[in-house]
Amino acid sequence: MLTLPNPTDLLTAMERDLRKLLVERKIVQPCMIGIHTGGVWVAQALHHALQLQQPLGTLNITFYRDDFTTLGMHPQVQPSSLPFAIDDKHIILVDDVLQTGRTIRAAMNEIFDYGRPASLILVCLADRSGRELPICADIIGTHLDLPPQQHVKLSGPAPLRLKLQEMT
Amino acid sequence: MKKRDIQFDATGQLRHFLTIEGLPRQTLIDILDTAENFATVTEQQVKKVPLLRGKTIVNLFFEASTRTRTTFELAAKRLSADVLNISVNTSSTSKGESLLDMLHNLEAMHCDMFIVRHDQSGAAHFIARHVAPHISVINGGDGRHAHPTQAMLDMFTIRRHKKSFQPLVVAIIGDIMHSRVARSQIHALNTLGVHEVRVIGPHTLIPRHTAESFGVHVYHDMQAGLRDVDVIMMLRLQRERMQGALLPSEGEYFRNYGLSKAKLALAKPDAIVLHPGPINRGVEIESCIADGPQSVILEQVSHGIAIRMAIMSMVLGRKPEKEE
Repeated sequence: MLTLPNPTDLLTAMERDLRKLLVERKIVQPCMIGIHTGGVWVAQALHHALQLQQPLGTLNITFYRDDFTTLGMHPQVQPSSLPFAIDDKHIILVDDVLQTGRTIRAAMNEIFDYGRPASLILVCLADRSGRELPICADIIGTHLDLPPQQHVKLSGPAPLRLKLQEMT
Repeated sequence: MKKRDIQFDATGQLRHFLTIEGLPRQTLIDILDTAENFATVTEQQVKKVPLLRGKTIVNLFFEASTRTRTTFELAAKRLSADVLNISVNTSSTSKGESLLDMLHNLEAMHCDMFIVRHDQSGAAHFIARHVAPHISVINGGDGRHAHPTQAMLDMFTIRRHKKSFQPLVVAIIGDIMHSRVARSQIHALNTLGVHEVRVIGPHTLIPRHTAESFGVHVYHDMQAGLRDVDVIMMLRLQRERMQGALLPSEGEYFRNYGLSKAKLALAKPDAIVLHPGPINRGVEIESCIADGPQSVILEQVSHGIAIRMAIMSMVLGRKPEKEE
């Protein structure tokens, strides 16, 4: 059985890589947005570590999903909250696990419905196999090569743990 | 009992939204929570989400309405659905078979949802019983029976102002007799477990046995009924539905049952005032109250869109029934 890395260890390296990327791109005051639910936990940690001035935004992509008619509504998810204007901002979008790319597609659509950002950086704790859309992350905590029936799930908010689930 | 079943499909998911009577508390809470999410959509620059793209929703209005029809239309459009507005003059044609013929024609055009408003109680149920299996029906008000989306937007408005339903004392005031809004409000408040529901109005406008049938306290005196209430829900005097001399005059009605500054002072200082609209200023409510700081009447209108978005998307977002 594959052992998954500890998210806390991954976050240290991710913070370092993200700082480097921001310097490279000459971005001084980025805004961070986490995708509910796991992405928000990862974003909270990074937002704190980077000491960003703008408050953290959160995104609930339920209304933008492409599998709505097969999965239905999830009323328990928190609403989106973007406490800043999106227009001309450099946005750091954070999620826990990147697999098909469909969540990120939905999140980008939602962000663009709020305004036109100057740029988007995608940060993911785990980048696993199974991509269905041409989407890749800029900052990645860990790469995982997994068969389709295995799912990675982040539990949290404290402590953060990556878990493998076998889907039947 | 049958009435209650028709709202759910074989897998227990909400398929139609016809009445609040008999719905479990969790269903009401799910609707309120989902609406909370949709309320944020109006803050977006693009006030539209792609959830119901490709769906066709028909506003089937057999009775005049501006607010309800436009908020349903706006809700559907903000969900990216296509909307068809049909106003039917009940007096000319529609009786029995011709109504069903019309429904079957709309079904043949591959519509997905009917929003029905009708002056006959039970009309939405009737239509729900006869539509094709893929179609959902939402009751936009039927006769004196029910107006469930109005009641849900009222509950949403209350929840935005009060932390919890349990301790609340709620007074519904006015023309209970002709009010489908009041009936749906009472069912919703009781299901959500408020401490006490009071109805206040003249003898002629409160049906006999209201207290026993609905589990409410009946008052005919505003002084006693308004004492210490948290939420005041005014009703419109429905002059168009009144037959016979139920009231001596509008002036006397206002003196006894109109919400004035002095009467509002009997309620708790942080009491909120709701009204489903349209308001008869100076008949059931004084202008300075309708426009005053305790009034949440315009908020109700905004919340109406979020609630209707929530109900439409829950009903059309059902998982396919044949899933294992």
